[in-house]
Amino acid sequence: MDSDSLRYSLDLVSGCGLTLSCEQRAALQTSLLILKRNYKFSRVLFWGKILGLRSDYFIAHGITEDEMRNRKTLYSFNCVDWHLLPPVTEAQLAEVSLLKEHFKGDPSYEYEHTETRGLDEGDEAVVEEITVKMTEETRLAATVFNIDREVSVVPRGAFIKTPSGRVQVNRCFEGLSESEARKLSSYLHFSEPQHLKKKTILETADLNPSIDFLDNLSEDTPKGSWSLQFERGSISVLRSLLWLGLTFFHVPMTPQHGYIYMGDGMKNHYLPFML
Amino acid sequence: MDTSEEVHYNERDLAAKSFKAFLLKSSSKTNLNLYDHLAQLLTKVMDESPEDVVETFEDMSQEVKRAGLQNTQSTLRDTTPISTATVLAEQQRALFSRKAGEDPAHEEYLVKTPLPNVPELAFYLEQAGVGLGEEEMHRVFLALKELVDTQPLQRCRFWGKILGSESNYFVAEGEFQEGGGEEDETAEEEARKSEHRVDDLEAVAEHTVNLLQKSADKSMPVVPMEDKGTGANKYTYFVCREPGMPWVRLPSVTPAQIIAARQICKFFTGRLDAPIASSPPFPGNEANYLRAQIARISASTQVSPLGFYQFAEEEGEEDEETPRYSLEENPDFEGIPVSEMAESLSTWVHHVPHILEQGRCVWVDLAEKPEELVEEEEGDEDREDEPDKPEAEVGPPLLTPVSEDAEINKTPSWTAKMSSTLVSQFAIAVLRSNLWPGAYSFAFKKKFENIYVGWGLKFTGEGYNPPAPPPTQQAYPSGPEITEDLEVGLKEKQGVKSTLEEQREEEESEEAEGEEEEEKEEEGEEEEEEGAGEAEEEEREENEEDED
Repeated sequence: MDSDSLRYSLDLVSGCGLTLSCEQRAALQTSLLILKRNYKFSRVLFWGKILGLRSDYFIAHGITEDEMRNRKTLYSFNCVDWHLLPPVTEAQLAEVSLLKEHFKGDPSYEYEHTETRGLDEGDEAVVEEITVKMTEETRLAATVFNIDREVSVVPRGAFIKTPSGRVQVNRCFEGLSESEARKLSSYLHFSEPQHLKKKTILETADLNPSIDFLDNLSEDTPKGSWSLQFERGSISVLRSLLWLGLTFFHVPMTPQHGYIYMGDGMKNHYLPFML
Repeated sequence: MDTSEEVHYNERDLAAKSFKAFLLKSSSKTNLNLYDHLAQLLTKVMDESPEDVVETFEDMSQEVKRAGLQNTQSTLRDTTPISTATVLAEQQRALFSRKAGEDPAHEEYLVKTPLPNVPELAFYLEQAGVGLGEEEMHRVFLALKELVDTQPLQRCRFWGKILGSESNYFVAEGEFQEGGGEEDETAEEEARKSEHRVDDLEAVAEHTVNLLQKSADKSMPVVPMEDKGTGANKYTYFVCREPGMPWVRLPSVTPAQIIAARQICKFFTGRLDAPIASSPPFPGNEANYLRAQIARISASTQVSPLGFYQFAEEEGEEDEETPRYSLEENPDFEGIPVSEMAESLSTWVHHVPHILEQGRCVWVDLAEKPEELVEEEEGDEDREDEPDKPEAEVGPPLLTPVSEDAEINKTPSWTAKMSSTLVSQFAIAVLRSNLWPGAYSFAFKKKFENIYVGWGLKFTGEGYNPPAPPPTQQAYPSGPEITEDLEVGLKEKQGVKSTLEEQREEEESEEAEGEEEEEKEEEGEEEEEEGAGEAEEEEREENEEDED
């Protein structure tokens, strides 16, 4: 969520139970501004908090020109000193889902996880051991990237894609109406679309290419992995059941929206059992 | 001449007037008349002065007509749709109104009210990074006030909030005064009666089952529910969807529900009467599941600083084996320094009794049964596997420090820290549970509090594995009396066959028939025969024929 409206947005998201203390908020207000100037970001977003055993990580995103590409991720322990997270590879993204422990709170901690898989090659059963070694810093970067890719949410119409391919904030966005805000199809994932290209021309006939360049939330599997509620009557709050801790809020008929992740950074693999 | 001119003038005047009257005549289809229409049209031409007006004259005429028509069509009134926000606001408005009986001048400062100091709680929790938002906590405060006014509670506490997929639950914990809470007794009596009925039915069932010889179905006796006011049912819980909506009382929890809740992992939907579809089946609906989870969370995560509570002194000698459950506040509690509390986990202790495997806090020995069942047990051979007297389950005693809790994945199941490192004089100590994500406790000098805000699910470590379904039951016990013995059957059939063959051979010897026809007949007989070992019979037939 935007660092300028942090205080107000946190109030709307705190239905999930976790907020920031006053001291942390005050520290964020100052340090994010300094960050913006140092890295020459156009916007700085406070992404959220990942809880670790010894200390928690506070994560922020810095955005340059394009809203979606070339985002820089930074982390901090005390909301004052920020460190840049390294970019992740696809292999690391796949490996991180094997780690099922809590975050320790120490970025140099090395995880070692061995998984044994039995492969049948013909008549013989070969046991293959796959060892995953990863530092916590890499795990953090991979987790943040995964969460953004899978469960980041924006309302439909809040961002537009220019013909040159650049994604930017839609200044004419007036907010979803009350009835639109109740439908899951009014919300889109804010990451590279995966299902969009597979749609038939019939389905894309009703879509507006400048607005609908992202995947729709109603196409997520399994169905029911989003909890859409109207808290306090009028604020639309979306909570993800796949990554417990991600909360998205939107006040209908206003352009205010944002999402935050406050949790332990572990994916809920057992979602189908729980629905 | 004047008169002719006057007449002419009169005629023309009359003609003009009649023409004007004609123009003013309203059309039979619409209420328009040409006079007004032309007046409006020419006024419009005057106002707008369009170019080439003579070409667009007809269009302008139609526009004027259309504009005139719109005004008369809106006989429908716009009703503003009532949004859920306004409905909720109406209900919450009642929170802010003072009740009729209260008199602000008559403040009861001396009487200790069971209402908790929620704003203070919110202040401390915010420092810990936990909270629901200032306004929301204040609404919860007012809703608790309403609860305290309507129910005769001795103590009341805001337990926390459980999130669901469709709506959430705000949970309040209450302890009734002596003799209070009678409305639900009938419901509890019914629950107990149904348990007794089930016991009776099971006694009958066991009897009939024994009559039908052995069966693999072991009907487990029902573990009795703990009484209201003791053990897992010590407190009563009330839930509401949003502060301002009426509080609903949750039923008491039974041990069977706790045992089942340990095996399933389900999200709450937010509707108290929703069924729980799970494997193994949960005995009850969502209200029971919610109550069971609340009981488990309370037993695992309600902690207090060491020394805040002490065991109440009871008269008379106590058996050392029976665990002590009565706690009272320690008046000499001085408070532990915050830095100590944040560093060592042994300064926090549990003050809610642990729930045993059985599903209760106090062990109940199920082997003590009325005589009829005991006799059947002795006669039932299936019970030989189980020990005669199950060992009493013992859990960790009350007031054990948190540092002795079981670890998950070699990490302690609690994390403690200070709320602020910059200003440590006024910081508070915060304890967070890793086993039940969402359970928080804080302590500051002599104050402490617990709260739970989360999804109501335990952290499962390696993952949740649903228990495998039980093996399929046998329809009947297999034994020597029922199964068909192949050897015996075969011999019997062969015996019959050999006698038949002898008879046929005698007949055939009289008639002159070829071997082929014999074979045909025998093959036809073979086809007619049913039963096991047909192939073997054919082989043996052929062997016999070969021998022949």
